[in-house]
Amino acid sequence: MALPKAKEDALAARLATLDLPAGKGWLATARADALARLRAMGLPARRDEYWRYTDPASLNAPEAPAAVRFDAGDEAEPFDGMDRLKLVFVDGVFDPAASDDLTLSGVTIERLARAGDKDIHWAQGTYGVLEARGQTPVARPFAALNSAFATDGVLIHVTGKAAKPVSLVYVHDSETSDAILHHCIKLEAGAELTLLENGPAAARFSKVMEVDIADGAQFHHIRLQGRDHQRRAVTHIFARLGTRSEMRSFTLTANGRLTRNEAVVELNGAEGRAHLAGATVGDGDFHHDDTVFVTHAAEACESRQVFKKVLMNGATGVFQGKILVKPGAQKTDGYQISQSLLLDEDSQFLAKPELEIYADDVKCSHGSTSGAIDETALFYLQSRGVPRRTAQALLVLAFLAEAIQEIADERIAEDIAGRLERWLARHGSRG
Amino acid sequence: MLQIKNLHVKLEEEDKVILRGVDLSIGPGEVHAIMGPNGSGKSTLSYVLSGRDGYEVTEGSATLDGQELLEMEPEERAAAGLFLAFQYPVEIPGVGNMTFLRTAVNAQRKARGEEELSAGDFLKVVREKAKTLKIDAEMLKRPVNVGFSGGEKKRNEILQMAMLEPRMCILDETDSGLDVDAMKLVADGVNALRSEGRSFLVITHYQRLLDHIKPDVVHIMAAGRIIKTGGPELALEVEQNGYADILNEVG
Repeated sequence: MALPKAKEDALAARLATLDLPAGKGWLATARADALARLRAMGLPARRDEYWRYTDPASLNAPEAPAAVRFDAGDEAEPFDGMDRLKLVFVDGVFDPAASDDLTLSGVTIERLARAGDKDIHWAQGTYGVLEARGQTPVARPFAALNSAFATDGVLIHVTGKAAKPVSLVYVHDSETSDAILHHCIKLEAGAELTLLENGPAAARFSKVMEVDIADGAQFHHIRLQGRDHQRRAVTHIFARLGTRSEMRSFTLTANGRLTRNEAVVELNGAEGRAHLAGATVGDGDFHHDDTVFVTHAAEACESRQVFKKVLMNGATGVFQGKILVKPGAQKTDGYQISQSLLLDEDSQFLAKPELEIYADDVKCSHGSTSGAIDETALFYLQSRGVPRRTAQALLVLAFLAEAIQEIADERIAEDIAGRLERWLARHGSRG
Repeated sequence: MLQIKNLHVKLEEEDKVILRGVDLSIGPGEVHAIMGPNGSGKSTLSYVLSGRDGYEVTEGSATLDGQELLEMEPEERAAAGLFLAFQYPVEIPGVGNMTFLRTAVNAQRKARGEEELSAGDFLKVVREKAKTLKIDAEMLKRPVNVGFSGGEKKRNEILQMAMLEPRMCILDETDSGLDVDAMKLVADGVNALRSEGRSFLVITHYQRLLDHIKPDVVHIMAAGRIIKTGGPELALEVEQNGYADILNEVG
C-alpha cells in the first residue's frame, strides 16, 4: 500500500541525509531488507496511534537538533571501579584506544563494522531478524531505519558464563552528532551475561539491541541514559527468550529533552522470566516515553514491568505497556505497574496500559497511578527533624524503590540510589 | 520550659476556631496531662505546637526555652527539642525504619552543630533501646510502620523519642488502641526517659494511662480552653464522674 504523501515526503527528506553502508554479503542483504520495511511503513507521525503521546518530529528531522554536553562535575562515572570490559563509542563510533581489548572468557565480541565481511556469521540469524519480528502487530519505523543504516555496534556471542560484565560507554562529543548504533547479543544455552550501558552517545541517538536468549541462559542489563539536557534518544530492545531463561533490564533516565525507550520481548519457551524496569526523574523541558510490548507465547512464563517516573516543573512522562498472552500460554504470570509522582501541577503523566489475553488459565495484573507526594508522611519526617527537602527526597526514593529493586546487583542498586539522591538534592519543584 | 500564652487557632481552610486562648506553662522535668472530651482541641494543640500545615494561629505564642516555636519549620522545632508522639503514626512504604531513624537522628545533630553518628555507633544505640521496648531486628528493617500492629506503632514512636532525646515530649493519645500489656510497655518506655531536664505533655481521654505515667499536673480542656487545672486527683475525678460535672461547674 502506498504511503500518504506527507509520510512519503518526510521519509524522502530523512533518507536524503543517509547512505546505505557499503558492502556485500549477508549484512548488506539484512540492511536492504530493513530499508524495504522502512519504505513500506514510513516514518512515524503524531497522528499514528503509537505516537499519540510523543511527538516524533525531532527524531524524524533530517538533521539532529543540537545538544550541549552535560558537565557531570565531580559525579563519578557510572560503574566506575567495577571490574568490567569497557567498550567506548564516541558520537556513535567505536573508539579502540579508549576501549579494552575485545577478549573475554566465555564471550566473543566483534564490531559490526567487521562482521559484514564474513560469509557466514551467527548474527545472520539475529541482525534485523528480531527487529523484523517485532514490527508486528505495531510498526516501529525507527528500529527499521536503524537496522538499515547502522554502521557501528557490537556483536556479542556468549557461550558460557561471561567472566565480567560488558560495559558499553557512549560518549557525546560533537554538539550536533547524530549516532546510530546496532548491537546483537546471542546467549547460548546456559550462558550468562551482564551488559552495562551508560552515556548520552550523541545529540541524537538511535539504538537497537537484539538479544537472543537460549534455554536456561541469563541476561542482565543495566542502563543509565545520558544527562545532557537537550539530547534526544530513541532506543529499542528486541528480546527473545527460550525455556527457563531469564532477562532483567533496568533503565535509569535523568534529564534529556526526549527519550523514547521501546522494549519488545517474546517469551517463547516455558518458564521463561522477563523483568523490565525503569526509574525516571525529569525536571522541566523533559519528555520520557516507555513503550513496552511483552508477548507470552509459552506456558508458565513470568513477566514484570515496573516503571516509575518522578516529574516536576512541566516534565512529561509516558507509558505504553502491553502484555499479550497467546493461545496456549497457560499459567502465565504477568505483572505491570506504571506510576508517576507529580511534584507539581505543571507536570503530566500519560499512561496506556493494555492486556490482551487468549488463554484462560492466566494471572495478569496491571495498574497505573499518578499522584502527589504524601503530605502527611512529609510532616511526619519533618517532625522528626528531617529537613523538608531531605524528607521529600527520601519519599521520592521510596517511590522509586520498587523499580530499583529489580536490579539484581546490590552494589549497582546502591550506586543508582545514591545518584538519584544527589540528583534530587539539585532539583526541586518550583510549583 | 514550654510556655503557651493565649493561643488562638483556627482551621486554615474553613472559618472554624478550635483553640480559644490556651495558657499553659510546663517547667523542666514536669509531667503534665491534658484530658478532655472529643473535639475539645487537644490534638490540634499538639499539631500546632509541632508545626503541621492547615492551622492558622490568630493570636498568642508558644515558646520553648524562650524560643518562639510558632515561627519555626517543623524540623527546626524538632531540633530545638520538641517531639510529638503521633496518635496515628504514619506508614511510609519504601523507607526502612532504620534509615528513617538514622536520617532523623543525624539531621537533628547536624542542625545543632553536632557531629553525625557513625553507622556503627548508631546501630549499637538503636539495638539497645529497641530491646527494652521489645522491638526486634525485623521491625527495625521493615518500612516505617508498614504492617505494624497498633502496639508496635506506638512502641516505635517511643523508640524514636528515645533515639532523638527531645527535651519536650508531647504524647498524643498514645494509649489509644492499646491493650493493657502494650500500654504498660509504652508507659515503661516513657518513664525510663523521665529526667530533670525533660518534660512531658500527655494528652489522653482516659485516666488509665495516667496510672502508669504519673503526672504532676492535670489540665482539663474543653471547647478550646483549659478550664481546670489540678493535681493527679483531678484525673481520678474525671474517671469517676466523667467530664459533665466539671463542665457544669465551670459553666
